[in-house]
Amino acid sequence: MARTRLTFDKICATLDRCLDVEFSFLKTEQPAAIIAELDSDQQGYILEWVQRVASTNIQLSYQFITQATAVLDRMDRGIIEAWALHAMDMYDQSGLHAALNVIKSVDKFVQLSHERTAGAVFEDNVGVLSHFVHGLSGRQLKLAEADCVYTDTETLFLPPVIAQLQTTQENFLLYKIMVAYLWAQTRFGTFRESVSEALQEESDPQQFLDLFHALDSVRLEACIERELPGLHRELNRIKATLQADCSTDPSWATQVEELCAPDCDVATVLRLTRTAKGKDSPPRTLFYHGVLDIEAVETVMAQRLEKEKAQLRSVLRQIAEDMQDGEAEDSTEQKQFEANKKADPSQPEGFTIELTLQDQPVPIPEVVNRLTTSIVQDLGDIPDDYLQAAGEGEYDPALFLEKEVDPDDVWKGTYHEEGAFLYNEWDFRRQHYRKSWCAVREKDITPVHDDFVRATLGKYSGFIKQLRKTFEAMRDEDRLLKRQVHGDGIDIDALVEALADARDGSEMSDRLFTRMHRTERNIAVCFMVDMSGSTKGWINDAERESLILLAETLETLGDRYAIYGFSGMARKKCEIYRIKEFDEQYDSEVRARISGITPQDYTRMGFAIRHLTQKLLETEARTRILITLSDGKPDDYDNYRGEYGIEDTRRALVESRRAGIHPYCITIDREARDYLPHMYGAAGYTVIDAVYKLPLKVSDIYRRLTT
Amino acid sequence: MTAPALKPEEYFIKEEPYYEPVGDEIEIFQAAFEQKLPVLLKGPTGCGKTRFMEHMAWRLKKPLITVSCHDDLTASDLVGRFLVKGGETIWVDGPLTRAARSGAICYLDEVVEARKDTTVVIHPLADDRRVLPIEKLGEIVEAPDDFCLAISYNPGYQSVLKDLKQSTRQRFVALEFDYPAAELETNIVARETGVSHEIAAKLVKFAGMTRNLKGSGLEEGASTRLLVHAAKLIGTGVSPVAACQSAIAQALTDDTEMLAAVSELSSSLF
Repeated sequence: MARTRLTFDKICATLDRCLDVEFSFLKTEQPAAIIAELDSDQQGYILEWVQRVASTNIQLSYQFITQATAVLDRMDRGIIEAWALHAMDMYDQSGLHAALNVIKSVDKFVQLSHERTAGAVFEDNVGVLSHFVHGLSGRQLKLAEADCVYTDTETLFLPPVIAQLQTTQENFLLYKIMVAYLWAQTRFGTFRESVSEALQEESDPQQFLDLFHALDSVRLEACIERELPGLHRELNRIKATLQADCSTDPSWATQVEELCAPDCDVATVLRLTRTAKGKDSPPRTLFYHGVLDIEAVETVMAQRLEKEKAQLRSVLRQIAEDMQDGEAEDSTEQKQFEANKKADPSQPEGFTIELTLQDQPVPIPEVVNRLTTSIVQDLGDIPDDYLQAAGEGEYDPALFLEKEVDPDDVWKGTYHEEGAFLYNEWDFRRQHYRKSWCAVREKDITPVHDDFVRATLGKYSGFIKQLRKTFEAMRDEDRLLKRQVHGDGIDIDALVEALADARDGSEMSDRLFTRMHRTERNIAVCFMVDMSGSTKGWINDAERESLILLAETLETLGDRYAIYGFSGMARKKCEIYRIKEFDEQYDSEVRARISGITPQDYTRMGFAIRHLTQKLLETEARTRILITLSDGKPDDYDNYRGEYGIEDTRRALVESRRAGIHPYCITIDREARDYLPHMYGAAGYTVIDAVYKLPLKVSDIYRRLTT
Repeated sequence: MTAPALKPEEYFIKEEPYYEPVGDEIEIFQAAFEQKLPVLLKGPTGCGKTRFMEHMAWRLKKPLITVSCHDDLTASDLVGRFLVKGGETIWVDGPLTRAARSGAICYLDEVVEARKDTTVVIHPLADDRRVLPIEKLGEIVEAPDDFCLAISYNPGYQSVLKDLKQSTRQRFVALEFDYPAAELETNIVARETGVSHEIAAKLVKFAGMTRNLKGSGLEEGASTRLLVHAAKLIGTGVSPVAACQSAIAQALTDDTEMLAAVSELSSSLF
């Protein structure tokens, strides 16, 4: 049935409602007149998207009408939708101004999206590229997006999009070439000599640096040719396609020959740069060679060397202690290790390091191997002072450990997303995710060593005994299966019967064996405890009591379990409280943490489900269960309430189920029957009608769920 | 033509299996054999543990009975069981019992895969008693001097469930295996498959790249065995990149991103 065209008045009314004109004072007559001209299908389409954009911002939506109607005829709807969604993402990320810019410059977006379809996008390829660079030898390098191509010797910086070439594959190849080239810089020791010192002596440092870079590129490409001949072939092909003028002037032939020799190192490059500067028509770098950021390199390298020296010496001390274990030797003496170079032509340096202590070969653990490789890469050798085992207490281990950011500090610095896990959130009005919307942090609970646990155990002592019995019965499910076709022993009863049957002339059964059947419970369960402000008082007590009882019974059962609390206030402060992690023992510390659970802020549920789903996926188990203990529907300070919260939670649960996790909800909200079936499905929840019953029921529900 | 069928304890390896020693493992194994000590081979998959056992069986001129252990392997799969034949029950020896009766080398491959209760039955054979009690028969088999027990395991699978019990591992003389050094591995690949030294060297380099990826996306790097597979394919005219993809990359992982990266590595190299 074809829809009838809407009249001007009707459109006006719809727009007034969508754009909230009573408060926004926008004039809807003009856009309504344009929409009235369209056919019914287009009208419906535009109005639907106006509504979706308006759910994010009204101004944005208003601009969208004018722009969208103008391009509706000439543009594919898929592109219009991508454009609108991109604008909304921009709004989420950088605010109204940036979003309006996207809406206004639709043509630029179209061009950009063309570039993105033919070009290679960093985001899409970073996975493959980082595996690629890890596979090449040497230090493990990271990849990151930047405006120009360079490296600081720990991270390779690459452009967000490459679209110089015709096809995606070729553009990807350019990425690969950039990665390999920057890797070669770090691997073949471009930064082993201090270039900044050399620059200080020069009257025209920039010219000197350019020439150095160009000559070094010649050397590195020769290295790549030897190391990765396949890639070098591709490189030549790409150069030909780009018609890049890469031939060096014939007058540079002697220098090039020297640079291409296998034993050419960076000192030679520096020497050649010094002698040849000022010569005519010098070689030039190509765009994929990027730039040299000497300052960044030297800062990063200095920091790393100090850190690695400390790490290496500390590990060596450990090794020395292990080796003289049992010998009654004076351990205050610092051990000096020796590094022996063992010729290994497969390494760029031509050797691998073997360590000895007092002429005894030392087994090299993985971590030492990584450190020596990295140090040799920076310095070309391992200096002796690196090989002296650290003295007692010489280094504070905290110095070189990666510091975990304290969530509270981050919060005090307002709106820093640093170190947080970012999760998408589903906006049902937009019918799309808001990207990286929730900043989630894990926090510790202050343990409270009080009487609560003992009191709970005392209060429920009879019940706990009963629970243990039930759960112990579940634990051992080994049983002897009789009448099997294959098995370890003979089922004499079956055999006698079968023989009798055979005498009798009947068919003889072949099920004559017994077999021991062992079912191994392989369950990981994660409890997600509502710590919102509304649980204050007896709900909180009931939750804590339930957790104590559960932990007691799960310990008898031997299932792996973790307990996390969740609470949040707006999207930037989503918090997960660690109560017990999967590989943690159930000890007095964990009990004190359960006792220390205190009500916090609001009930934002989506992020908690998403985060704990990740946690569950990281643990190995055949069955994974996520159980929520809650007292009400999702609700948060910003827009996270009503349908929005319910729809996002539902979406998070769908994602979780798709990942193979069984979510379940236990709630004491009596109105939960109105919304829980929509979120958890008809059989995915239990409503407990009285708070005091919660501790008694939870274990029972768990038992039913897992058998 | 029917393939010849032999009892495992009567099967002797006639031709010398190619094995390139990395250290003194042959001498140690020989010494352990003479001193009647059981041997434990540790090392990643495909680095030559099984080939080493074949080589030693040939060298010592003993039959080799190999049992590949799996997580459903029961004690009676090793020791033996009663079967029903013509209205009577008859006893059939398992591979371990056969080896213990006839004086062969019994090699339990990937022993941690077997259930914990299964590994315990080798205990009396693995210490100075050298006997195998067969409960169901009420017999004790005393192993002759030329019986030898060897087990292998891969410490790389760091799962708590797949670890060897101390009471088991402390009965064995342990030999550690790892991938051979680049040059030796090149020789092995070239010798085993007949490809040129140059191709073999490139394959070994490629293996090194995948071994760099161990821990950051791959569970295990390419083993010597996989290199041999790839080299054999290349020998028949398959292009090196395609051979690396089918024989090595696809065997290592199912992850599409990782497959793409490994394929980029091989195409950069060849």
